[in-house]
Amino acid sequence: MYEGAIQDLIDELGRLPGVGPKSAQRIAFHILSSDTTDVARLAAALRKVKESVRFCVTCYNVAEEEQCRICRDPRRGNEVLCVVEEPKDVVAIERTGEFRGRYHVLGGAINPLEGIGPDSLKIRELLIRLGNGDVRELILATDPNTEGEATATYLALMIKPMGIAVTRLASGLPVGGDLEYADEITLGRAFEGRRAV
Amino acid sequence: MYVRRLELVDFRSYERVGIDLEPGGTVLVGPNGVGKTNLIEAMGYVATLGSHRVAADAPLVRAGAATAVIRCAIVHDGRELLVELEIVPGRANRARLGRSPVRRSRDVLGALRLVLFAPEDLELVRGDPGERRRYLDDLLVARQPRYAGVRADYERVVKQRNALLRTSYQRRKWAGGERDGADLVTLEVWNAQLIRYGAELLAGRLELCAALGPHIAKAYDAVAAGKGAAAIAYKIGSSGRGTERLSDPPDPLPDRAGLEELLTGLLADARPAEVDRGTTLVGPHRDDVLLTLGHLPAKGYASHGESWSFALALRLAAYDLLREDGIEPVLVLDDVFAELDAGRRARLADLVAGAAQLLVTCAVAEDVPEALRGARFAVSEGEVHRAD
Repeated sequence: MYEGAIQDLIDELGRLPGVGPKSAQRIAFHILSSDTTDVARLAAALRKVKESVRFCVTCYNVAEEEQCRICRDPRRGNEVLCVVEEPKDVVAIERTGEFRGRYHVLGGAINPLEGIGPDSLKIRELLIRLGNGDVRELILATDPNTEGEATATYLALMIKPMGIAVTRLASGLPVGGDLEYADEITLGRAFEGRRAV
Repeated sequence: MYVRRLELVDFRSYERVGIDLEPGGTVLVGPNGVGKTNLIEAMGYVATLGSHRVAADAPLVRAGAATAVIRCAIVHDGRELLVELEIVPGRANRARLGRSPVRRSRDVLGALRLVLFAPEDLELVRGDPGERRRYLDDLLVARQPRYAGVRADYERVVKQRNALLRTSYQRRKWAGGERDGADLVTLEVWNAQLIRYGAELLAGRLELCAALGPHIAKAYDAVAAGKGAAAIAYKIGSSGRGTERLSDPPDPLPDRAGLEELLTGLLADARPAEVDRGTTLVGPHRDDVLLTLGHLPAKGYASHGESWSFALALRLAAYDLLREDGIEPVLVLDDVFAELDAGRRARLADLVAGAAQLLVTCAVAEDVPEALRGARFAVSEGEVHRAD
């Protein structure tokens, strides 16, 4: 245990995801030995993220203005909508450069163990958006785990009757890898989802 | 397949120990409580990533040490493979296969195939249905590693579904008892998941039970010399309004789609009871395996000796089945011979004498039949020495 401010900093850092007590201590002493201007910049960045970052009123992605960059982009199509769990999933899909439609960020997945039901997610907002828009296809890009699958199933049940095509991202083998290195579960799913060539 | 060398660091009672093993029979002799079973437990851990004695990893690490290491050199088809596991209680274990680290310790599963019979296995016959389900599931995973994922997904779905039912139950209790609340809108979704993974697990278990049947009958007959016919039957569990009951699976066995239909029906029937009690009452996690001797169930009717022989027959049947798949597993018999009379000892010796590698522990060397006495190790407090 250290005294006063340094221990406070270690405790705060230790509460961050992925940071253990050892790393927290290392980061704290790194900050202590850094230049005052560097630390001021970090502190300003921390403060600014809470002050200026908002959520897009349309898709609930993180945004600097009322709407996010993607929702404001007139070159993107309105016909295909991709549903993801978190803003970082938007970034991941954007990196592919394959998708030119728009997004809807749910803010998580249905998870009764953590008390997250459909009401805690931006599902009502999604339905309103689908009701007055010209969306023809909805792509469900929730995580391929039990919670993500459950969320996808729930959305499919609600949205299919609206006459909108609902699709789910395929799960299968990583590209550019060796078949022998794929784990049994991925390989098993890939077998299930095989298609004619 | 056989284990050529086993090294332990800070595992249970051992600070540091290494033993060189050979194919064929090996006997580990030592007084009670010096750590014979610890050696076997370590090998079992390499094969299954779990202990057959405790659920948590903390007791496996020697008191005062932070982590335990198991190194195991396994020879299969003339090639040697080194598996290293570092057990870190409360965290993910670190594993190496050959010389290189693997991303998940699960990747070492399958490197060592081992069938272990230990005194704890008496619970397979006398204990709760959970013991028998685990026996089936462990064997299922050993034969087809894909089931490790199915099992994990299924357990996760049951947990989530239970959380949903429980929250709804508690909310109703607070509100003063209105039935089947609107907060169960996502139940359908979890039903779909439960049916999907449940049917997959059920299909695997039913197929396995059918394959095990003849092997169990044969093994019991050999150990008990024709005293009653041992049989195994899978039972599908379900609860109506507060009544537990088990039923036979349909005959002939349906395919996956048929099993999904079966589970769908069971879930629909159980819904009022599930909402009432706030938990999942239907699915493979409520099933049981009925073991019978002659016409009587083994649980409750079989004598101590019969139960013991039955448990042994279950393990030997698993061994036979894995052998049929083409990979000769290592066979380990922990403290078995002291429990058996001379006739049973001799018959068991005949049955297992052909094993590629057989490890036997005992307190008194004379308990082990002559035919199985190969290499011999003397185990004393924290040490193992060759003694022949």
